[in-house]
Amino acid sequence: MSDNVSLVIVSHSPEVARGAADMVRQMVGDEVKVAYCGGNPDGGLGTDVKKILAAIDEAWSPRGVAILVDLGGAETNSEIAIEMLPEDRRGNVALCNSPIVEGAIMAATEASGGASLAEVRATAEELSPR
Amino acid sequence: MPINPSVLKSMVAAAAERVVDHADELTALDQAIGDGDHGINMKRGCSEVLAQLDAIAAKPVGEALKAVGMALVMKVGGASGPLYGSLFIGMGKAFGDKPADMALLSDALAAGVDGVAARGKSTAREKTMLDVLIPVRDALKAGGPDLGARLREAAAQGAAATIPMRATKGRASYLGERSVGHLDPGARSSQLLVEALSPFLDAQT
Repeated sequence: MSDNVSLVIVSHSPEVARGAADMVRQMVGDEVKVAYCGGNPDGGLGTDVKKILAAIDEAWSPRGVAILVDLGGAETNSEIAIEMLPEDRRGNVALCNSPIVEGAIMAATEASGGASLAEVRATAEELSPR
Repeated sequence: MPINPSVLKSMVAAAAERVVDHADELTALDQAIGDGDHGINMKRGCSEVLAQLDAIAAKPVGEALKAVGMALVMKVGGASGPLYGSLFIGMGKAFGDKPADMALLSDALAAGVDGVAARGKSTAREKTMLDVLIPVRDALKAGGPDLGARLREAAAQGAAATIPMRATKGRASYLGERSVGHLDPGARSSQLLVEALSPFLDAQT
């Protein structure tokens, strides 16, 4: 399964992140690794750079990691997390600008067929409003 | 402008304490047009800065600013963490290990503001903290007498100017026209930092 691009789901709410990950697993199966995180460093609604870095680590695949986010802080904190990765990993992680639940399922479906990180991201982003 | 470790410690403490003291006000502003967490998030980040105060103040200015930025990035938990983190980390990088003087402070603030704009993919007049930081950067660059007071004036005008603006960035942009008539919470927190830090310039100019 490390032959496929994997996913990280980052929501302000740990429950939303876990729920989205559950939906991916049920609908797409286990061929795509999915890690998730949510909540600020105190456990309230928000996001946490440390948890995002841990989730990227957990999901790591040499094919790449696609990150799905919900709102503002999830996006900026994920950008920071990507910049904090070791240089040889940074280029292998992509933030997808798409709705979090639908984007995660579309991205995982694409990834399960062996698509590249760029293809996975493009598929997720087809869903974003223009 | 000599910034010795004790002055640095006083500056960092003053800035962080001012934000902590105004957390409820920031939250109230954010409840009007954001998601209501700006005060509590900034309080969490600034409390972390205060917890690390001795270690931060023992560093050279550039490294100290980077440490402040990193504490905010790791602890704030909302978009303001990476934004203020980019401000202080950008300033710290510009300081490097050069001796601090007014010209370098001005260049460093400009670099930090560029960092915020890049991180937020934002610019002036979008009802954000940049509407305070940009005029303060310009006032610092212009220099002149009573510099601390001028910076406070620039910050106050910049913050007030966000009230009639329609937000096009961040959560407030979802409200569209309904964001008009409210002071931007990020502009206010930036103003608080200027209010806390500018008195240290009064002693220098």
